[in-house]
Amino acid sequence: MSILVNKNTRLIVQGITGREGMFHAEQMIAYGTNVVGGVTPGKGGQWSVGVPVFDSVRDAVRATEANTSIIYVPAAFSPDAIMEAVDAGIELVICITEGIPTLDMVKVRAYVDQSDSRLIGPNCPGLITPGQAKVGIMPGHIHIPGNVGVVSRSGTLTYEVVAALTARGIGQSTAVGIGGDPIIGSTFIDILRLFEEDPETEQVVMIGEIGGTDEEEAAAFIREQMSKPVTGFIAGQTAPPGKRMGHAGAIISGGKGTAAEKVQVLEAAGVRMAKQPTDIAELVAANIGR
Amino acid sequence: MNLHEYQSKRIFAQYGIPIPRGEVASTPTEAREIAGKLGGKVVVKSQVLVGGRGKAGGIKLAVDKDDAEEKAKAILGMDIKGLTVKRVLVDEAADIKDEIYLGLVIDRARRRVVMMGSSEGGVDIEEVAATMPDKIVKVAIDPCIGFRSYQAMDLATALGIPKELTRSFGQIASGLYTAFVENDASLAEINPLVVTGDGKLLAVDGKMSIDDNALYRHKALADLRDPSEEDPYEVEARRFDLSYVKLDGNIGCMVNGAGLSMATMDMIKLYGGAPANFLDIGGGATAERVAAALRIILSDQNVKTVLINIFGGITRCDEVARGIVAALDEVGAAVPMVVRLVGTNEAEGRAILADAKMDPATTLAEAAQKAVAASKS
Repeated sequence: MSILVNKNTRLIVQGITGREGMFHAEQMIAYGTNVVGGVTPGKGGQWSVGVPVFDSVRDAVRATEANTSIIYVPAAFSPDAIMEAVDAGIELVICITEGIPTLDMVKVRAYVDQSDSRLIGPNCPGLITPGQAKVGIMPGHIHIPGNVGVVSRSGTLTYEVVAALTARGIGQSTAVGIGGDPIIGSTFIDILRLFEEDPETEQVVMIGEIGGTDEEEAAAFIREQMSKPVTGFIAGQTAPPGKRMGHAGAIISGGKGTAAEKVQVLEAAGVRMAKQPTDIAELVAANIGR
Repeated sequence: MNLHEYQSKRIFAQYGIPIPRGEVASTPTEAREIAGKLGGKVVVKSQVLVGGRGKAGGIKLAVDKDDAEEKAKAILGMDIKGLTVKRVLVDEAADIKDEIYLGLVIDRARRRVVMMGSSEGGVDIEEVAATMPDKIVKVAIDPCIGFRSYQAMDLATALGIPKELTRSFGQIASGLYTAFVENDASLAEINPLVVTGDGKLLAVDGKMSIDDNALYRHKALADLRDPSEEDPYEVEARRFDLSYVKLDGNIGCMVNGAGLSMATMDMIKLYGGAPANFLDIGGGATAERVAAALRIILSDQNVKTVLINIFGGITRCDEVARGIVAALDEVGAAVPMVVRLVGTNEAEGRAILADAKMDPATTLAEAAQKAVAASKS
């Protein structure tokens, strides 16, 4: 088992004829992900990286029975692409695109919430169930199958942590990058709940960062509803207030959203907090007696 | 992107929000002329993008045009929190009976635009939030339905707006929401919204921030950006699509990914050093972008050492290495550099850097320790 993506994933790539979409579609296929098609309006009937291209998500779903979609289209067109996928009945939509205006995401999220679809991202690296499906832009080779669930707001920092786990022979059930934007489709709680329910996930690593109150809400959930051990890290302990640290969501405003505050709340909820990212693998290893 | 007070208020006025009569001056003579035109008492207000202008002496009342010229002379050229005042807004002085706060922000947890009001206007809303949280009233707005008049009435009642002004208040609140949405703001606030002696509402001070990600569809707003108001390094970084934030330390940082950049800074601090900047070269950076990043870091005189930390995914280590070499050819390496390259094409990257005199590190901890040691030698 695992969460969200696995051998049964039937993936379409929205924006498959673009530079990013094509490159990553190839990488995902090479990893063994079941990519069944792609969508680029106006290019239906063509083929790209060995899979058929459709004009719309609806056409693609009809022809391929796709259940998952990954989006690599420019920010100006991404809100539309997400809603199109939701409207076509795609169960899981992953949006990689960075730079979508926040007010667009307010509307998109409202739309997704009244559907049966789940959105991951935007501004995220995607997710991977090692050995089964890579639905994202992460380097596949640093992951190995196992029982640690990873959920993170960051991309490369997650690779860092996953690589350290793998170096110790500790595999991952699924690693999910939820994205660095202020408004995202799935929050820590959504993913933590899935890990808690997944029989193969034995413990969870949660990597947060400054800004917002997502980590604080996750802490309440962990305290009340999680039985599995959680190891955490918060990036941005040295960030100055009021400045946006790369991610649109990573900003300390009005004294809220500081790393210190998040660390304290998570520790109080029983999460073992790493002082530095390299300590995470050690704390995880200690949990399984390695 | 933050807008100046006068820019924000001009936008508000377009949405039917009453603002004081006034104009912008960049010389004392201009200030005098404007004051003369307005007649009576005026307020001379420095236009800089920082809070606390009043406390810093950047806002002064003037009794007539002679006085306005004097006050403008004192304020223009003044330094407020590191920014030089180049313009003042000369506004007709309001007869203030009462002050209210009215603002809009995006509430991340509720995933809604939220209107906040407080009867404690004229002071920093963060301060009110910290000391008198019950004095803040919030209304969440459904993005599909918009701001409704009953919500305005609820707010007016909670804020104690006089009955005869509720209609006017409703128009202001609704105008502010429309201004917020149509301009892709991340913040819009009127502070204070004044109840005048003759029983009218007036937006005496205003502030707006625009979502940088939405500037592509607001050309006119994007043109308002004033690079001279910003850190020159940050302006240069934006030209190359780099995320850069200047900090006070002496270890220059170049990292790929925002989270890893923050974590790298944290590690430096943990080992007793201080980062000179946050710099994320982004995913899939080209050699050109890397070179620009390194040039920006090295042009900061505080930088005593540079730490480069790359975890290649879409970013290729050889591309990064080529950028480093190109930048060094141009500017020369005046300071020691610690480099950690891991991931996609790391061997090729290391080979390219073999001739450059750089200190290689394999782990993040090792890299941070070496950089901190170098910064103190």
